[in-house]
Amino acid sequence: MDEIAALIEPQIPALRRYAVALLRDREAADDLVQDTLERALSAWSGRRRDGDLRAWLFTIERNLFLGAVRRRGRRGVDVGAEALDLVPDPGADPEASMGARDVLVGLDTLPEDQRSVLLLVAVEDLSYAEAAQVLGVPLGTVMSRLSRARTRMRSFLETGRTGLLRRVK
Amino acid sequence: MSGDPRPVGEDDLHGLIDGRLEPERQALVEAWLAGNPARAAEISADRALRERLRARLAPIAEEAIPARLRVANIRPRHRLVGVGWFPMAAAAVLCLALGGAGGWVGYALHGGPATAMVVEAPATQDAVAAFRTFVVEAVHPVEVRADEKPHLVAWLSKRLGHAVTTPDLTAYGFRLMGGRLLPAGSESAAMLMYDDDRGTRLTLYSRVGDGDGRTLFRFAREGDVAAFSWVDGGMSYVVTGRTDEARLLTVAQAVDAQVRGLAPDRR
Repeated sequence: MDEIAALIEPQIPALRRYAVALLRDREAADDLVQDTLERALSAWSGRRRDGDLRAWLFTIERNLFLGAVRRRGRRGVDVGAEALDLVPDPGADPEASMGARDVLVGLDTLPEDQRSVLLLVAVEDLSYAEAAQVLGVPLGTVMSRLSRARTRMRSFLETGRTGLLRRVK
Repeated sequence: MSGDPRPVGEDDLHGLIDGRLEPERQALVEAWLAGNPARAAEISADRALRERLRARLAPIAEEAIPARLRVANIRPRHRLVGVGWFPMAAAAVLCLALGGAGGWVGYALHGGPATAMVVEAPATQDAVAAFRTFVVEAVHPVEVRADEKPHLVAWLSKRLGHAVTTPDLTAYGFRLMGGRLLPAGSESAAMLMYDDDRGTRLTLYSRVGDGDGRTLFRFAREGDVAAFSWVDGGMSYVVTGRTDEARLLTVAQAVDAQVRGLAPDRR
């Protein structure tokens, strides 16, 4: 029990961070993390013991997120701009206070697969192989999604458009 | 030798942005970018984006985690698909509700009547009963001792009609003492007993039946005796002991890995 906690709890801050980036709602994000932990504990004996624990937890979390997205017909995910207020400490992004575009808004405009690959690789420091495991796709697909995500984010930060806006504020 | 002759690719550029290149490769990619200013500007923007994204999200990971997300406060929920197990606080009373492969383990979390194990968990019930009977036995805890292991394995395997192995638990401080044959309805069950240097004993009970699927571990507690049970490959297994749940779970996982051939049992 303590042993499992010692393995899992160090991963919780990263699981929360990824959840907030996906959901943009602090309460919903912690619900997602809680669901992730419940599922992880239930499946603990069935996990691959040689696999990477962090990648396994992110896999569970993302799959639960996708399941929720499907159930809600995507309505629950595209949150309004007011949800940005729920992300703590906007001052942490110095450019935000200078009127620069919020990277998280740009992130929101990406399709989920691109958003996740960028978050997992660039923020959560997963290797490309681990990201491929979480996303359930070949390594080459990870690289091409990463390229598309970065191209769109560049475009967003330069012009405010990604060419694929799902919602316009 | 400046080794890698492969041309620069998109994967190298991501590797550069994410700081994942070997120094030699990084130098090569940077040299390539020096001759491609347009691409270099994009890469520079991508690196800046990476830093902004990290800085923007960093505060979340630096917060204290809410108490409800502590592993000790997490309960598997019934709505989860599959079978959950979770060692509850020592005061928790067992409430096993086993179904088929999609069944559930329910827990009497707080209070509740001091129920015994319900009949749907016959293997666990039998295993705990056998444990209680034989673990206190000083003179004849086992029928066949560990020094006759080949005979023990052949005998139990023949009587169960299924290969019985004797997992090696020395890495967890437990040595095989030996085993015995037990009645299980019209069938037979095998019970292996292990002990550690302090005389703590645990048993591995196995018998044929209970479906051929695979279930996750189920946790049960009856008084001071704790048990983890699971079904795999047409066999039911129960690891039982008077030891803390974490240690017992570690043992159960090791047994599971060894009987599935996923880990060497170093017979």
